[in-house]
Amino acid sequence: MTIQSEAQSAQSNSETPMVENMAPAPRTPLREFWHYFSSNKGAVAGLAFIILICFLAVFANVVAPHSPSDQVRDAFLLPPAWLDGGNWSYILGTDDVGRDILSRLIYGARLSLAVGALAVTLSLVLGILLGLVAGYFKGVIDIVIMRLVDIMLAMPSLLLAIAVVAILGPSIFNAALAISIVSLPNYVRLTRAATLSEMSRDYVTSSRVIGASPLRLMFICILPNCLAPLIVQATMGFSSAILDLAALGFLGLGAQPPTPEWGSMLANALQFVQRAWWVVTFPGLMILITVLAFNLMGDGLRDALDPKLKQ
Amino acid sequence: MSKTNVADSALILKAEGLKQHYHVKQGMFKPEAVVKAVDGVSFNLEKGKTLAVVGESGCGKSTLGRMLTMIETPTDGQLGYLGQNLLTLSKSAQTKLRQKIQIIFQNPYGSLNPRKKIGSILEEPLVINTDLPKADRKAKAISMMEKVGLKAEHYDRYPHMFSGGQRQRIAIARGLMLDPHVIVADEPVSALDVSVQAQVLNLMMDLQEEFGLSYVFISHDLSVVEHIADDVMVMYLGKVVEQGTCEQLFDNPKHPYTLALLSSTPQLSPEKRRLRIKLEGELPSPLNPPSGCAFHGRCRFANERCKSETPVLKLDSYDESEQGHLIACHAVEEDRINLAEEVA
Amino acid sequence: MSLLQLDNLSVTFGKFRAVDNISYKVEEGEVLGIVGESGSGKSVSSLAIMGLIDFPGKVTADQLSFDGKDLQAMPEKQRRKLTGSDIAMIFQDPMTSLNPCFTVGYQIIEALKTHQGGSKKELKKRAVELLTQVGIPAPESRLDNYPHQLSGGMSQRVMIAMAIACNPRLLVADEPTTALDVTIQAQIIDLLIELQRKKKMGLVLITHDLALVAEVAHRVIVMYAGQIVESGPAAEVFSTPRHPYTQALLASLPESASGKARLDALPGVVPGQYDRPQGCLLSPRCPYATDHCRKEEPENQGSLNRQVKCHTPLDTQGRPAA
Repeated sequence: MTIQSEAQSAQSNSETPMVENMAPAPRTPLREFWHYFSSNKGAVAGLAFIILICFLAVFANVVAPHSPSDQVRDAFLLPPAWLDGGNWSYILGTDDVGRDILSRLIYGARLSLAVGALAVTLSLVLGILLGLVAGYFKGVIDIVIMRLVDIMLAMPSLLLAIAVVAILGPSIFNAALAISIVSLPNYVRLTRAATLSEMSRDYVTSSRVIGASPLRLMFICILPNCLAPLIVQATMGFSSAILDLAALGFLGLGAQPPTPEWGSMLANALQFVQRAWWVVTFPGLMILITVLAFNLMGDGLRDALDPKLKQ
Repeated sequence: MSKTNVADSALILKAEGLKQHYHVKQGMFKPEAVVKAVDGVSFNLEKGKTLAVVGESGCGKSTLGRMLTMIETPTDGQLGYLGQNLLTLSKSAQTKLRQKIQIIFQNPYGSLNPRKKIGSILEEPLVINTDLPKADRKAKAISMMEKVGLKAEHYDRYPHMFSGGQRQRIAIARGLMLDPHVIVADEPVSALDVSVQAQVLNLMMDLQEEFGLSYVFISHDLSVVEHIADDVMVMYLGKVVEQGTCEQLFDNPKHPYTLALLSSTPQLSPEKRRLRIKLEGELPSPLNPPSGCAFHGRCRFANERCKSETPVLKLDSYDESEQGHLIACHAVEEDRINLAEEVA
Repeated sequence: MSLLQLDNLSVTFGKFRAVDNISYKVEEGEVLGIVGESGSGKSVSSLAIMGLIDFPGKVTADQLSFDGKDLQAMPEKQRRKLTGSDIAMIFQDPMTSLNPCFTVGYQIIEALKTHQGGSKKELKKRAVELLTQVGIPAPESRLDNYPHQLSGGMSQRVMIAMAIACNPRLLVADEPTTALDVTIQAQIIDLLIELQRKKKMGLVLITHDLALVAEVAHRVIVMYAGQIVESGPAAEVFSTPRHPYTQALLASLPESASGKARLDALPGVVPGQYDRPQGCLLSPRCPYATDHCRKEEPENQGSLNRQVKCHTPLDTQGRPAA
């Protein structure tokens, strides 16, 4: 008991000597988050794979056995090491101009993750800004922003991305820009919906009563409470960015040769699919597993961050 | 009348004819409807006193609370705070005076930002409105926490770690950070269990004494109101139907609606139970309120006059001993209410 | 034979005992009030009777019988049939207890169909009859309403109509009026009691409102942290409480405080999953607690009619026995 409450209870016998009554054992939000997240095995596996990929991407020049653009004249279309004619210095084989596939995949991860991160960050920042503004001010501003978003949603996303790249010219950066523009509507709508529901909560009203400015209300008061669904969406958005990038690369609108990129690796090797299956299989698998890992982690994040699913 | 003779220094908040009318679109071809959420409410609130606003859901009592704290601007009427009309002041002057009228909400789970620690929730009012350095803010927050019965080590915890009663204590502490004069408490104990409710009511009364606070206590629970209020205002469909001191209202209720409210409230002791005046039907839609007295459809004393003419709030002419006890009812005015008859 | 009999009913969620060895009986035509604060296990115990506790909750009881039939031994299908026809339940929030996608009429007729059957016309007639019974004006036109078109009081009336559709012999009402306004609450309670008298049902009224129970219940059970701490005839329990918790609850009501004094508040809150004390569960909050109370859990004392779970029950003056 504190001195203060002792004094109070002396003065009037019935003031509460506080019984220690914290509802559940106090857990920090982070630890609570991990408790829920770690109970989802798929999500943990996804996270592990993503960490591995990140590690490979960052240390690509140390990990990769070869340079991604080294063309070895006497090793065209070498099969993976464990097959007849394979060579253990090219574990996953080589492509049609004699480049090591494993090294190209590792360097490709660098590109895919960088583009994914760039696209997600861009669309997240823009989406949050537009969504918050639309949800907070309502009225005409809301209508204008949301109708623009509706128009963007009315177009097939890949087509829109192709159009953007076609206008800006094919390059990795422009591809990232196109992908972020395409995924923008999701973030705007999500932020707006969350903002609207938070706006009606009493804690926002009480902040208004003490005189908080609109900027403070939007970014300090409301935004942190909208983040959970956005984090989930961003994780899922990462995977679709990788997928879109691969698609653009496949169409020749993303990374330009000889840059190692998973989508363009697939596209360039397509003609050899009959006699050298490994040149298409490994990039394809890489895309599949990475996208899957992000989706699994996104699911786990949603479960862990959504208070409605908690006990 | 006694109310206007009160020395001005004691008068903190004075409302005159406060109105909040909403325009509601009803579709393409129908005309706009007007919902009179609050329709002409006047009262005086003195320093250190508690004014209770009583009524059922939809009677406009929460809207009144939101107008007093200027979350909503009244469509008509005057709101005087220490002699200044809050509604005609400049924006900057308004913001300054606004600090002195704070609000506490019903749901202690919704009124605290779940992503912030108790410390920063309590300090937010100071960050926005003062230039106090960080250390001073923390000191003030901690001393306020101790005043409301929380421990200093709760400073770094998040709202979800607290029980409902403790959260309401935090909400009260936050309301007090700017040294307000008036606290509008919108059903502050309705979501709490009885034993916790008693703790919070005690706390509110202690704080009232310590800081000389005035409360506008919005509630539907008559037994709580009887305990804490000095003056009581009963509202029905946006209008005040009866207004007076706590004793006047509970010992000598006049308006048929007040009578019905009192008799519907369950009583623990058999002696206190009143004759149950059964109310037929429910609250009419505010979109389409009845003509005349809004209560006439549910009132057994209603006659033709009640259906056509809206009663005004005035003193009971048959009971002159009652200073300041205002009633808006034709039946009371004409002395048509005879409860003895009801018993027989 | 009692209508409903429980012996040592417990409901556990993992290590947490939400309901801890409670025993009580409901006789035919009796109104039993169960009071307690949130977290006292009063709702969970009623869900256990209805067989509505889902995994990971676990229900155990020495006896759980309705009209002499053992509910635990019964096959799942037979039990489902029994609950809903012979035992019915009303929940707290009428607005969410009705399915918003279907009309009121459809939902009542659906309930009638599963338990009684009959032609479409008969069912509709019965539905109108039920709505009339629960005092809904213009019942025919109400059948085509969707739940969002009804007020809270009306929705609760519809829920009551559905509950009494199959002439249940036991009605469990879990905070039936908490979400409603006082004047509507009075209407609903009057309706429930009237129906209970007319149909000679047993009524279990679960609420946190002591005054409400004092007005309508014959017998009352006071629960604290999953245990029954006191039980007995309502008038007796409220006039001369024998358990310190009952006494404290009554004292904390504003109407018990005469004049503008402070309320006698019980400090602290109901213990939860992680802070269950040793010995008597009330001991950290009890003004009369001794070291004995803090070490050993008290046994039930008194006759079956009037029980109290305390080492030193209070006497008629409200002081603990020596």
